Amino acid sequence: MESGKNFIVGIFDDESVLLSAVKKVRGSDVKIHECYTPYPVHGLDDELGYKRSRISIAAFMFGITGTCLAFLMMIYMMGIDWPMIIGGKDHIAIPSFVPVGFEVTVLLSALGMVGTFFVISNLKPYGKPRIYDIRSTDDKHVMAIDLAKNSKSSDELNAILKDSGAVEINEKKF
Amino acid sequence: MEVTSPVREVLVTGNKTYHDVSHDICRHVEAKPNPKWMAAMALSLGALFVGGYALAITLWDGIGMWGLNKTVGWAWDITNFVWWVGIGHAGTLISAVLLLFRQKWRTSINRAAEAMTIFAVICALLFPLIHTGRPWLSFYWFVPIPNTWGSLWVNFHSPLLWDFFAISTYFTVSLVFWYIGLIPDFATIRDRATNKISKAIYGGLSFGWDGAAKTWQRYETVSLVLAGLATPLVLSVHTIVSMDFATSVIPGWHTTIFPPYFVAGAIFSGFAMVLTLMLVTRKVYNLEDYITINHIELMNIIIMITGSIVGVAYITELFMAWYSGVQYEQYAFLNRATGPYWWAYWSMMTCNVISPQLFWFKKIRTSLWATFILSIVVNIGMWFERFVIIVTSLHRDYLPSSWAMFSPTIYDMGIYLFSFGLFFTLFFSFAKFFPVINMAEVKAVLKSSSGEIENKK
Repeated sequence: MESGKNFIVGIFDDESVLLSAVKKVRGSDVKIHECYTPYPVHGLDDELGYKRSRISIAAFMFGITGTCLAFLMMIYMMGIDWPMIIGGKDHIAIPSFVPVGFEVTVLLSALGMVGTFFVISNLKPYGKPRIYDIRSTDDKHVMAIDLAKNSKSSDELNAILKDSGAVEINEKKF
Repeated sequence: MEVTSPVREVLVTGNKTYHDVSHDICRHVEAKPNPKWMAAMALSLGALFVGGYALAITLWDGIGMWGLNKTVGWAWDITNFVWWVGIGHAGTLISAVLLLFRQKWRTSINRAAEAMTIFAVICALLFPLIHTGRPWLSFYWFVPIPNTWGSLWVNFHSPLLWDFFAISTYFTVSLVFWYIGLIPDFATIRDRATNKISKAIYGGLSFGWDGAAKTWQRYETVSLVLAGLATPLVLSVHTIVSMDFATSVIPGWHTTIFPPYFVAGAIFSGFAMVLTLMLVTRKVYNLEDYITINHIELMNIIIMITGSIVGVAYITELFMAWYSGVQYEQYAFLNRATGPYWWAYWSMMTCNVISPQLFWFKKIRTSLWATFILSIVVNIGMWFERFVIIVTSLHRDYLPSSWAMFSPTIYDMGIYLFSFGLFFTLFFSFAKFFPVINMAEVKAVLKSSSGEIENKK
């Protein structure tokens, strides 16, 4: 974690105020570092200009990998390495490989996607989050603005935040 | 943007603020265990230890301690297995299927229902594992590992192996789904914590969650995709469990109706168990504002629908036995209803087909006591359903000289008791140390303050 970074932290009471505030703040040429909310606020990602998450593509790729691995494994084991006749079925009987193929697809897809989510969002056991305001996991919405990334002074930012409905404005150093 | 119909009733009553939600749920985690909880925990630990004795004897002396015989080679263990797996269907159904259908009322009950699912699946896994006789070797029988390590490859043509894959996948995916939902709530507990130990524990469990908008966006995508994956998964699990029976050539098992019939039955019993547990949790934790009569009524309606599907399936089975003209099949069903196990069959019919029909009356489906009693009746019925399917189909073998009856020994009963002890020990630990309601999701559907702010402008 870099040290000596200064943030202006605006605290909001309500999601609809936050949404309009994000619009206003971005409209007055201020770069928002990130917003922190106690629950998923719908439409916030659009207001902040975030693109749609591509994590579902990761899930699909992991799923396809699972299907292929499962079928290759079963075909190799039952058909190539040690072929046996069981219940009069073909050695490589695709219909009886479907259930396991499906389960492995789901398993790999789910685990792969969640693993990807943890890695890209930097979530790990005993991960240390940067907390701008401790109430952001309870009932307050928090907007953090990085002073170094904006040309405006902290007084100007304070005024913009106040104007857009922040109930409290703090400065936070990391 | 989300559009919420103004006609809909509020999901959370009592004019809760966001902070109230955090407080109402977290205070149970933060408080010292109350005496009622301790008594309940002691009771389930008692069941765990008493049942543990039966389990230990079974492991030491072998499954000959059970009441099985040459004819009835599957009885209580598989009955219990299917029963627990069935119960383990409601949680993921609530969290996945109802998420896809945008049923927002699920937010107050999904956490506890998913927890219950995971614990029920753990109980279920216990039974096939000990039925192998030597569980410490079962690694070689279930997991595909190279020949030089064990015997031959596992048999991928066998439904029993499909079942292993289905249930272990189901368990893993449900656990992951549940945990993803828990992370934001653990962060809430972490940030409220006043003592060092709980700060460290919940800090570790919360994975460094900060509630950033970008993370929430990914979180929602992950939940949606997981729901999409878990929906066919939850349907596949009981389908495959039913194939353990349906792909055999035993009269009464060899039917194509089994997969949908088992899935409906699983949802039926799962919702009943969710209701049994939630009614108690709601009362003990004063969660009446979160789990309202409306929630209970909706769940009762699901029980009524799935119970009716199960009823139709029973009647279809009887019809098909007659219509097929196969005398083995006809005898199997005649024997179920009028043979030596008639009492099990009629208990099943009463509990599963007749009792859920009572929910047609609004008075009954909105009554807490009626719901509580019927939810237990349903699960008794569902246990008998599996017992009827398994034991009555086996006990009349093809040769009358091999006909037999099954009677359980105290070890059969003890292990069943053990599974109850395990289930409730896990559930009570969950109810004490984990947030029983998904706070973040409840806050997202609360929308109480939005209207007020809108008016102020």
